[in-house]
Amino acid sequence: MTADFLILSLLTLVGAVAAVSLRNLVHCALALAAALAGLAGLYLHLQAQFVGFAQLLVYVGAVAILIVFAILLTRGSDSEPDGPPATRGWVPGAGLAAAAAGLVVAAILSSRALAPSLQSSPEAPVRAIGEQLMTRYVLALELIGILLTAALIGAVIIAMTLPSRRSAEHKPQSRTSTPDL
Amino acid sequence: MAEKLDQIFVQAKHELVRWLLCHVPGAWAEVLSALLSIATLLVAFAALFALTTLLERKGLGRIQNRYGPNRVGPFGLLQPVADGIKALTKEDVVPRAADQVVHFIAPLVLVVPVFLALAVLPVGRNMVVVDLDAGLLFFFAVGAATELSVFMAGWSSRNKYSLLGAMRAIAQMISYEVPLILSAVTVVMMAGSLSTVRIVEVQAGFSGWLPHWHVLTPWGLAGFLLFLIAAAAEANRCPFDLPEGESEIIAGYYIEYSGFKFALFFLGEYIGLFAVSGLAITLFLGGWTAPLPFLQWVPSYVWFFLKLLSLIAFFIWVRGTLPRLRMDQLMSFAWKFMLPLSLINLLAAGLWRFLPEGLTRWAFCSLLLAAAYIGLGRSLVQRRNLGRRTYRFAE
Repeated sequence: MTADFLILSLLTLVGAVAAVSLRNLVHCALALAAALAGLAGLYLHLQAQFVGFAQLLVYVGAVAILIVFAILLTRGSDSEPDGPPATRGWVPGAGLAAAAAGLVVAAILSSRALAPSLQSSPEAPVRAIGEQLMTRYVLALELIGILLTAALIGAVIIAMTLPSRRSAEHKPQSRTSTPDL
Repeated sequence: MAEKLDQIFVQAKHELVRWLLCHVPGAWAEVLSALLSIATLLVAFAALFALTTLLERKGLGRIQNRYGPNRVGPFGLLQPVADGIKALTKEDVVPRAADQVVHFIAPLVLVVPVFLALAVLPVGRNMVVVDLDAGLLFFFAVGAATELSVFMAGWSSRNKYSLLGAMRAIAQMISYEVPLILSAVTVVMMAGSLSTVRIVEVQAGFSGWLPHWHVLTPWGLAGFLLFLIAAAAEANRCPFDLPEGESEIIAGYYIEYSGFKFALFFLGEYIGLFAVSGLAITLFLGGWTAPLPFLQWVPSYVWFFLKLLSLIAFFIWVRGTLPRLRMDQLMSFAWKFMLPLSLINLLAAGLWRFLPEGLTRWAFCSLLLAAAYIGLGRSLVQRRNLGRRTYRFAE
């Protein structure tokens, strides 16, 4: 229980609580980014450099930006919800959350990773992670690559304007004659 | 003698730590050493920032056939000091409608990560604040936080121009981050390490007159140019300064900042430029190594800062020369030209690694990259209708 662990845990917890309780959606997204950065700090605290930096790069750099963009592009970020953010059915929600947390805690407590033999901080240099990814876990890596490619192509197809619509946009005077999709 | 001069700062730090340890407990040694390195880094790069603001204004002035600042001090050398005093004493105006907290945090979220990124740059032999196993990853990871800061500044100001600027900035940064990282990956493939110190060590040594810099290989040259273009876009430098676009959206995301907060944005932007230029030097220009064998007696940090200043001069020259891109040109250039070319460059780097040494691999890799460059450029030009422009509303 060192000072840096306390600070990072506080940042993560306060950020997470703020992310679900603040009224303004953009504030929630920023609080979530702070919580994710705190998590990255916790990974670094555990000497997991690669995971920590990847967490920062992917979650703070990309996912948080994506969420913010989604908020700005979909509806007014200034509009605040009328009622409190969580009212209906918070009892079953809390029950579900407690059950999920209990499951995770039980799994951690019963796992072999907590055995005292691993108390000396394990070293995970980037080279070793890379070699494992390219040999033992290469199939999983390739599968994730295919999944991401499929998602990318799907996104492009959703965003693509159809040829007939595009011609209608380019010639506004003939818009009445061509049926708009 | 040359050896001594090269290590003078490292020696000075050791002496200082040893002297300080006479007064404080020994457990502080590591903290003291780290603090000294950080303080030196902060002072050196802040001084370079002050110098660069002057150089930029002078250089732009010369390009535009005028003098530039020449009133404060000899040759206007004290202009940065005057600017600093002005920024400190100016009133800090915050719009009433602004989101006070986010508006306040945004400049800090920009400045802290860009200074953090400097920590992994080896500025000389044995002169790096932290030699991380995943140094390059660290650089890009902390750089990611700057995008969030730009958004925070733009959104919290409650100003349509600043929000437009922020949206432009984020779209641009995300698009150009891909070629930036992909062109850096080629170097990682060659060096077999993510550590910046190791990457510089790989480029040490000479064959004949030529140093073993990565830029002197076909994939390295292509990677360096791609990296430099993407770096200009990441640092919001001209011709990619759409997020600021003085003539259209006034100053983009920091339009509502005044006084020292504005100065912080200014500082963050320049330090970001130094950091990414320093990374370009580390990855492709051999870091602190000398360009010619008989110049090796010059201290290593001198080479690093000389290279950094030349890159800065290049960026100033580009800013004085090129017009600003349009948004659609910016996007199609990133996704239709830079991204495919950097992927092909990855392939070229792989080929270079596994083909036998000699003229064949030079010819093969150069031909591959040249063909890709010409083909991609042609296709980009052909798809654009470069005839007379038709206006939908203006005619």
